Amino acid sequence: MKILVAVKRVVDYNVKIRVKPDNTGVELANVKMSMNPFDEIAVEEAVRLKEKGAATEIVVVSIGPASAQETIRTALAMGADRGILVQTDAEVQPLAVAKTLKTLVEKEQPQLVILGKQAIDDDSNQTGQMLAALLGWAQGTFASKVEPAAGTVAVTREVDGGLETLSLKLPAIVTADLRLNEPRYASLPNIMKAKKKPIETIDPAALGADFTPRLKTLKVTEPPKRQGGVKVGSVQELVAKLRDEARVI
Amino acid sequence: MSILVIAEPSTGDVKKPTLTTLGAAAKIGGTADVLVLGQGVAAAADATAKVAGVGTVLVADAAEYAHALAENVAPLVAAAVKAGGYGHVLFAATTFGKNVAPRVAALLDVQPISEISAVVSADTFERPIYAGNAVATVQSADAVKVVTVRGTAFEAVAATGGSGSVTALAATGEAGLSSFVSAELTKSERPELTSARVIVSGGRGMQSGDNFHMLDTLADKLGAAVGASRAAVDAGFVPNDYQVGQTGKIVAPELYIAVGISGAIQHLAGMKDSKVIVAINKDEEAPIFQIADYGLVADLFKAVPELTEAVSK
Ligand SMILES: Cc1cc2nc3c(=O)[nH]c(=O)nc-3n(C[C@H](O)[C@H](O)[C@H](O)COP(=O)(O)OP(=O)(O)OC[C@H]3O[C@@H](n4cnc5c(N)ncnc54)[C@H](O)[C@@H]3O)c2cc1C
Ligand SMILES: Nc1ncnc2c1ncn2[C@@H]1O[C@H](COP(=O)(O)O)[C@@H](O)[C@H]1O
Repeated sequence: MKILVAVKRVVDYNVKIRVKPDNTGVELANVKMSMNPFDEIAVEEAVRLKEKGAATEIVVVSIGPASAQETIRTALAMGADRGILVQTDAEVQPLAVAKTLKTLVEKEQPQLVILGKQAIDDDSNQTGQMLAALLGWAQGTFASKVEPAAGTVAVTREVDGGLETLSLKLPAIVTADLRLNEPRYASLPNIMKAKKKPIETIDPAALGADFTPRLKTLKVTEPPKRQGGVKVGSVQELVAKLRDEARVI
Repeated sequence: MSILVIAEPSTGDVKKPTLTTLGAAAKIGGTADVLVLGQGVAAAADATAKVAGVGTVLVADAAEYAHALAENVAPLVAAAVKAGGYGHVLFAATTFGKNVAPRVAALLDVQPISEISAVVSADTFERPIYAGNAVATVQSADAVKVVTVRGTAFEAVAATGGSGSVTALAATGEAGLSSFVSAELTKSERPELTSARVIVSGGRGMQSGDNFHMLDTLADKLGAAVGASRAAVDAGFVPNDYQVGQTGKIVAPELYIAVGISGAIQHLAGMKDSKVIVAINKDEEAPIFQIADYGLVADLFKAVPELTEAVSK
């Protein structure tokens, strides 16, 4: 089984986000960038499936700027076999990402595509579901367990009430939630080996991709700041404040 | 142009997320029809027709919708949107809505708008990005707006007072792509996290699942729901559906008590709109204190029993 994994380069989850003073976006200059944390989990799951003998090849795809090569390289160091970068400096929205991935899926013919459940920059949580719709495939979103069998894959999903397990016909789309696995750190030898693995760069025009935004960002602002309150000295004081000042108990 | 709200699956009452989504629909304006789907949903459809301000209730009652599988539900919604000429399709930003809305949008060739927190106009919305550290105002150029609605950002409409009509909708069939195997749902007598007036949440500082019983006792005294940080869920102290945060549940109760939680931005993303925040943490430098209205620097194993005792009086 061939697996395709989609990875996005995003602002590292530890970075303190600053809104630009002109309200056109957030500050991205000189900010640490990393692989989207959910995509690390997606890559890890693919690598584990290969280690278990359930997968034969792992292809990693990213749509983004030249620097997204680094993100692909990280995935290769974790154990993916080769990479594809659809290189663009344009803002790419989830529908356009899904359409681009669809053309690559048609070319590569994977049995399973694993994505992160959500990119932590736009917090959209859309791409996997849209790719599944465009391909007419089954989707297992917010996965905390993935077990392939003959012609199907069982996916346990994190839902509002607890957990739910579905059986999906292959080929299928899976989106990774936080508890699917704990991604490994690439070892130094594997980082060296990854340098020799191939990354193909594709011009979006060659795929007929149209990145014209459907959603226009009019402005980006800071959320209302919460004022820190007071420290209380004892449980008694806390209860008194909650009763008499805040009146919430 | 009218609005179609996709009801949160239910076989009985109208779910709170459906009522808050209707609250967002009211901000957009115009009438809102509601699509009720599932198997054996006649009672839910009747209850929905009584909700204030509801126009027509479209009912799709068929076996293929029993588990709200996205592969079966999305074609139904897309067909209903085309047939009804709706300009907006609204889902609650629950795991159901997040799973299905983008699939519907792709079928309609539309870029969806996730988790709106405000309606600026019929085509312009505010939505949090970067774990709520920024708010984007976005304008959609698509003919149909497919939107998910953040429950904490809108007022629920009244569950009664309406007199909508109920119309059956033709089922669109079994896609044959996926099937339901099993569910492991958390049973609790306490209020649901997303609608609770008070929430007591525990973090890694709780040290074990057994210690969470301490929070249960406090929660019962306060009529509260119990939540958790990701660290507490990952450690297996409590089930996944307790998680509050960027990737868990978004809550905004009147009172949120964070116990042994440090206050990582991903956690704050899920609770910083609570009216009153209390933090109990032994580390006075913990970031949670920067947003807490009342901070108590203390060992939780001493403070929580004391607090339980004090609120019982
Ligand atoms: C992509 C991504 C998404 C995430 N999504 C979420 C999310 O949705 N929700 C979420 O919560 N996290 C999320 N996280 C994780 C988040 O970054 C933090 O790791 C997590 O919130 C930490 O949980 P904690 O505060 O319980 O643990 P810690 O940070 O370890 O804090 C434990 C606290 O307990 C205190 N403590 C310990 N013992 C005691 C005691 N006896 N008495 C009093 N205080 C005590 C300590 O002082 C400390 O402040 C996400 C992370 C990533 C990368
Ligand atoms: N530009 C991109 N390149 C590759 N994969 C992407 C890109 N954008 C989104 N994805 C994938 O889609 C998932 C969900 O993203 P989103 O729908 O934007 O929240 C991510 O976790 C990635 O796996």
